Amino acid sequence: MNLLLFSLFREKKRRRVVELTEKMVVDGGTCEWEGRWNHVKKFLERSGPFTHPDFEPSTESLQFMLETCKILVIGAGGLGCELLKDLALSSFRNIHVVDMDTIDVSNLNRQFLFRPKDIGRPKADVAADFINSRIPGCCVVPHFKKIQDLDETFYRQFHIIVCGLDSIVARRWMNGMLLSLLVYEDGVLDPGSIIPLIDGGTEGFKGNARVILPGMTACIDCTLELYPPQVNFPMCTIASMPRLPEHCIEYVRMLLWPKETPFGGRKSLGLIIIKFDMRLTRPLLTNGVVLDGDDPEHIQWVYQRSLERAAEFNITGVTYRLTQGVVKRIIPAVASTNAVIAAACATEVFKIASSAYISLNNYMVFNDVDGLYTYTFEAERKENCSACSQVPVDLHFSPSSKLQEVLDYLTESASLQMKSPAITASVEGKNKTLYLQSVASIEQRTRPNLSKTLKELGLTDRQELAVADVTTPQTMLFRLSFTS
Amino acid sequence: MAATNASKEQKYDRQLRLWGDHGQEALENAHVCLINATATGTEILKNLVLPGIGAFTIVDGHTVSGEDVGNKAQAATELLQELNSDVSGNYVEESPDKLLDNDPEFFHRFTVVIGVHLPESTCLRLGSVLWSASVPFLVCKTYGLIGYMRLVVQEHTVIESHPDNALEDLRLDQPFAEFKNHIQSYDLDSMAKKDHSHTPWVIVVAKYLAKWLSEHNSQPPKNYKEKEAFRQFIREGILKNENGVPEDEENFEEAIKNVNTALNPTKVPNSVEDLFNSEQCNNITSQSLSFWVMLRAVKDFVHKEGNGSLPVRGTIPDMIADSQKFINLQNVYREKAMQDAAAVSKHVECLLQSVGKPPESISEKDIKLFCKNASFLRVVRCRSLAEEYSVDSVNKDEITSCMDNPDSEMVFYLMLRAVDRFYQQHSRYPGVYNYQVEDDISKLKLCVNSLLQEYSLNVNIKDDYIHEFCRYGAAEPHTVAAFLGGSAAQEAIKIISHQFVPFSNTFIYNAMSQTSATLQL
Repeated sequence: MNLLLFSLFREKKRRRVVELTEKMVVDGGTCEWEGRWNHVKKFLERSGPFTHPDFEPSTESLQFMLETCKILVIGAGGLGCELLKDLALSSFRNIHVVDMDTIDVSNLNRQFLFRPKDIGRPKADVAADFINSRIPGCCVVPHFKKIQDLDETFYRQFHIIVCGLDSIVARRWMNGMLLSLLVYEDGVLDPGSIIPLIDGGTEGFKGNARVILPGMTACIDCTLELYPPQVNFPMCTIASMPRLPEHCIEYVRMLLWPKETPFGGRKSLGLIIIKFDMRLTRPLLTNGVVLDGDDPEHIQWVYQRSLERAAEFNITGVTYRLTQGVVKRIIPAVASTNAVIAAACATEVFKIASSAYISLNNYMVFNDVDGLYTYTFEAERKENCSACSQVPVDLHFSPSSKLQEVLDYLTESASLQMKSPAITASVEGKNKTLYLQSVASIEQRTRPNLSKTLKELGLTDRQELAVADVTTPQTMLFRLSFTS
Repeated sequence: MAATNASKEQKYDRQLRLWGDHGQEALENAHVCLINATATGTEILKNLVLPGIGAFTIVDGHTVSGEDVGNKAQAATELLQELNSDVSGNYVEESPDKLLDNDPEFFHRFTVVIGVHLPESTCLRLGSVLWSASVPFLVCKTYGLIGYMRLVVQEHTVIESHPDNALEDLRLDQPFAEFKNHIQSYDLDSMAKKDHSHTPWVIVVAKYLAKWLSEHNSQPPKNYKEKEAFRQFIREGILKNENGVPEDEENFEEAIKNVNTALNPTKVPNSVEDLFNSEQCNNITSQSLSFWVMLRAVKDFVHKEGNGSLPVRGTIPDMIADSQKFINLQNVYREKAMQDAAAVSKHVECLLQSVGKPPESISEKDIKLFCKNASFLRVVRCRSLAEEYSVDSVNKDEITSCMDNPDSEMVFYLMLRAVDRFYQQHSRYPGVYNYQVEDDISKLKLCVNSLLQEYSLNVNIKDDYIHEFCRYGAAEPHTVAAFLGGSAAQEAIKIISHQFVPFSNTFIYNAMSQTSATLQL
């Protein structure tokens, strides 16, 4: 088929789809068509025995949903695509979507707003285009950004925020942002400042959906222990005692790649500079090309070397697929789980926006490995939650403890799980950075503090430490409580 | 343009990690029939098209009202087809009733039939045809905030159930000869520290267990007290430095931690015993499915070479150890598993010969996979719709016991049945138009009562539910349709791939409370 015919065929197909979409009818009638929202109106305009105590049937509710209600969808991936579609078909028209990623071929098995031709384009943009062109009247505004690039003025404009994120760090940040928007008058929370957060997560055949009313119900950090920290293999196993094919792959990724710096790395006269931090998942390369999990050549290199490593120890099972999975920390995913969890979340958005029913209180888990299993429970607020309890968290250390111990506690404790906290404190009237990792020069300058004791650093009992970390948009306050 | 294998591998990468290339192959060879392209139907099909089923056919006789763009079936087919160019879509502009009248064998060609929003009579007719043809049937309905699914399959075998929490098969209570020899090759007392600290915990437990047995009249630790003593016994084996302070031996800590599960007796799981006792296992014919032939072979193995145990699985969990010790231990289990699989193979050959089939009918690969999954085999059997609906065989016990709690999800099943009745009587659903709601409540209540009376069900259905179902007015809210869409699609994938375990046999989803239940009806 020559190129002209092919593009004509494509154009004909595209026009057909537009035609079908425009003429697709729901419940009889035509455009902005009569009966279009019948399935929604039944829940907004009729009374019922199970409605929310505050619910009053009204013909104006539909107008609110269509014209006034503003929803923010975080993530335009597996959950995000489903969420946008579900919300648009449930009469929400003012929707914003934030996503910092571009489309990859491996997304296409479930992120159905994208086509092969969209590979490489920003997810937020393509998703918005698709919904806006297929669902008449809907207006999705895309933001090709990190959530951290947007500020409180942005977030404050929404009635409800629904997340389809793939990272706990991002969830915690969003959680922290909404907590920071809360307004307290004389110690009493102003309900108008609460923006409900509906959070969905999936992994293979498992998923969960939860409703968070910041300041009122359990927040993300209240239940941090539900997400146990990711376990990495011990270094000695990787370096000298591999047993599994995964160990061989990690060896190549963490040790061999920085040493051999393939694909154009520069070696400085035999001295290879590798910094190692057990808490990070990749070495800080100060020379050489960083391993790119999306580059098939890189993965092929790692795969070949992993086979060699495995052969040395008589280990079987290294495959290309396993290699890619380990390097990229791939989580398996299918369309069905994302459809289910997004649908549950969208139902909650509808309930909250319309007050038609009491919303989920407050956590549902789903698993369809063996039949279909759901479990719904009320996650409880943590009294001393580091994010939402408004009380500075006590840190118990003896004055002779080293700063490193405090750092370890912040990163390793199940209730805090910080990534690379930066600690500052007021010492002798001056604001002093005790340790900061993310800027190399400051890291170097403050590194000696790690081996100094709290007493040596001039810290006193009951003093506040301010800690900044990617897991929260606001600085977290801790109170040092000296033990004898 | 058909996708090349490489790009399909990339596109489907995230799901291949769940069901493997062979699962994907099963999907790509499947032909699914969807009856009624409603929101629920199209959502289900979307979640089958995206992962790449081979083909689908939509059967829908409804027209898109007021328009002559072609009917719903055609419109839906084109939009769904566009989601994945690997899939081929067809449509039949015909009602299922007409097809059942004129050409019931039309449905025989499908891998699975999904019927959405079918009236009761159509559902029962279709159910009967598909039951006789052994075609799995999945019935789905979104009604207001309630989702409903019913799986109708006579017998569905699952070799790869992929259980979430599988117990390891280590045989510490019944060490096989090669394992015993391997254990004997270790002398913990004379090992250098480095070796001592890097001996796999399985060996450590085996060694200490052997000592314990010799000192306790061959009785393993049974209760909590004895297990505690055993753990302490192992702890005392941790090397001490010159000052008598115990060294840091993580492998010993692992051993102590694993004592509980390590001492689990090796036995054939009850579920597998039940399968051994079934008719299909004991009566192998030339018509028997490979599953039953292999199961029978495993049963014969258990009674002979296995000495009461299933073939060794052959996998061990990772554990603190140096590479060589771990690999050597792993190989002991792997080789035994291969041996056992070979023995099972011989039984398979015998069985096939006895029914006049060539030994190659079942491959070594399949037998090995079967043996590896022997503890996790599952068979799902659902009652037919005829049995569910017949007054003589209705599952009264299940219904009345669930309804001890009048708010259990069972009430929604009963309401859906009552609503079907309403439709039969009035040729419409209750409360579709606002002016109908009030009057329909009493009409629906009559349907509820006649339903309960006909089946002699002594249960109470609160008026609130009758009111609520009139309120729904047969609405199909998209979020509920989408929830069911994901759920049903995955069940269909389980049926097609024979991996993971399908539900049995009725699933109810309540979007009001975000709860669900699986019922046996």
